[in-house]
Amino acid sequence: MPNDTKTSSPPAVARSLGDFLEFEKPLQRLQHDVDELEREQREMGRDLVGEIKQQRSRLRTRMRRLYGSLTPWETVLVARHPRRALTPDYIRLIFTDFCELHGDRTFGDDKALMTGFARIGGHRVMLIGHNKGKDIKERVACNFGCAHPEGYRKSLRAMRLAEKYGLPVVCLIDTQGAYPGIGSEERGISHAIATNLMEMSRLRTPIICVVIGEGGSGGALGIGVGDRVAMFQHSFYSVISPEGCAAILWKTAERRKHAAEALKLTAQELHKLGIIDHILPEPLGGVHRDIEAAAATLEKYVTMSLRELGRRTIDTVLRARSARIRGLGSFFIDPEEPRTRGKTPRARRPSASRVARISGRFSSVGISANLS
Amino acid sequence: MVYEKEVAEALNVCPECGYHRRTDARTRIKQLVDPDSFEEFAADLQATDPLKFKDRITYADRLKQEQRRTGEKDAIVVGKAFIRGRAVILGVMNPKFIMASMGAVVGEKVTRAIERATEDNLPLILVTASGGARMQEGMVSLVQMAKTAAALARLDDAGGLYIVVATDPTTAGVAASFASLGDIVIAEPKAMIGFAGPRVIANTINAELPEGFQTAEFMLEHGFVDRIVHRSELRSEIARIIDYCGK
Repeated sequence: MPNDTKTSSPPAVARSLGDFLEFEKPLQRLQHDVDELEREQREMGRDLVGEIKQQRSRLRTRMRRLYGSLTPWETVLVARHPRRALTPDYIRLIFTDFCELHGDRTFGDDKALMTGFARIGGHRVMLIGHNKGKDIKERVACNFGCAHPEGYRKSLRAMRLAEKYGLPVVCLIDTQGAYPGIGSEERGISHAIATNLMEMSRLRTPIICVVIGEGGSGGALGIGVGDRVAMFQHSFYSVISPEGCAAILWKTAERRKHAAEALKLTAQELHKLGIIDHILPEPLGGVHRDIEAAAATLEKYVTMSLRELGRRTIDTVLRARSARIRGLGSFFIDPEEPRTRGKTPRARRPSASRVARISGRFSSVGISANLS
Repeated sequence: MVYEKEVAEALNVCPECGYHRRTDARTRIKQLVDPDSFEEFAADLQATDPLKFKDRITYADRLKQEQRRTGEKDAIVVGKAFIRGRAVILGVMNPKFIMASMGAVVGEKVTRAIERATEDNLPLILVTASGGARMQEGMVSLVQMAKTAAALARLDDAGGLYIVVATDPTTAGVAASFASLGDIVIAEPKAMIGFAGPRVIANTINAELPEGFQTAEFMLEHGFVDRIVHRSELRSEIARIIDYCGK
């Protein structure tokens, strides 16, 4: 059967007042005004076209300003927005003929991590993605996107299948982290994640990873090693949650804003640090305000990367992947080496010019084109 | 009544209760290798402060403090050595240095040790102890997990032997990368080994944790550790495994 994802409800666009985040208060007021004017026009039959247009443009300007300079903590809130697009949304919108595969063949089927065959832009792929769940029932069923060891083992099984049949792997990352529970430890969550890191580094098929929402530490990295690693503009990726970091270093979770700032967890910062390759621009006001547009961006990025990687032999791809991983996070001083490694050794990373060209399209140019 | 000197002579294991104390890297190396056989490499690698991180004090200051206090540059010592006459590449993490958390320096030194073992075709022994990834280096520290695991894939492809000696505490980002990937995983008695912090788990599930949760014995019972070995027998156990693996 072509599509067996359960979530077929249309994406709700964030419009109702409850959808505004705390820092969006000014937008909420402006939206309220627009709604009021529209209601008046409709109910009283008054011609308010001009006012509505003016008010709408004010709203857009304000939103552009607000979203043009989100603080790291605000980015965290946007990335966690309850209406942000999830893996099933992208499956519905840009992948066709999704054929879900269940189970790790050892313990069970972890719904926090979905795996299955899918098609995108003429390519057959193995899709792997966290699922946080849309409503309460679904969220409980998939453990809010926090996977157990069986989720990581299921993904590895799917990746091995992909390798065997020559399908590239696409990973969509969106999790607070791997689940911290008794069963998780009993069944070896450390071992499951570690094994994925090792096997993904040598899997003989291209791997493309995109952080679509939350990139929560080891739970994210467990499906996050590949030839291309990208992040949506307002997603975040962090070694620890800002709340966790604040609790440890400041002894109070209240300092989460400071922690978010200090951790350099935004796509922009991580691109500068050479941890990720590309930034995918989001619609004005975040993915949740126009899920179709975000999906189109993701589709473009995935198909372009697949085409690029597909033109190379797998040995070339693997050599570049190895070099990419070897050069990650090389921030140290080595007195034995003549040059101080204050910065990421760009030269060691694969096809620097090509990366620059794509990132030009997807990060700097993409964002400015989108926001202007 | 137990005297410090007595404990030290017993390899930092309490002669009465058998508690295996956390041990700094230099002492541990002395305990493990043949006398004067240790040749350190990558000794001068030093952390930078890529995030310009500041909590109550700056990371740069914290590093200086720790370096002064311990006389070490960072949280791991790597080198070539002999254990009972067998040449090995050895890495020992230092729980006395910011809880042996893994930042760029630890990740790089572990990776270099793995690469050296691969090039020289020598067994690799890593004595792990760590609170996990070093928060003050943010994502730079998280990606060290991928970097070390990828280097281990190359060692594995080359047929190299890798033995992990998990000591108290081996947790989080280190547990979920190189510490879990040994061909053979040895653990010291009662060492804490686990992914998430016990308090985090207790808060998440809102219940008390079972007795002995996340110990070496727990990991053995659940199939993630091969052998639990008393500190005084580590040398002979390592030599024995090396001989079986024909390296």
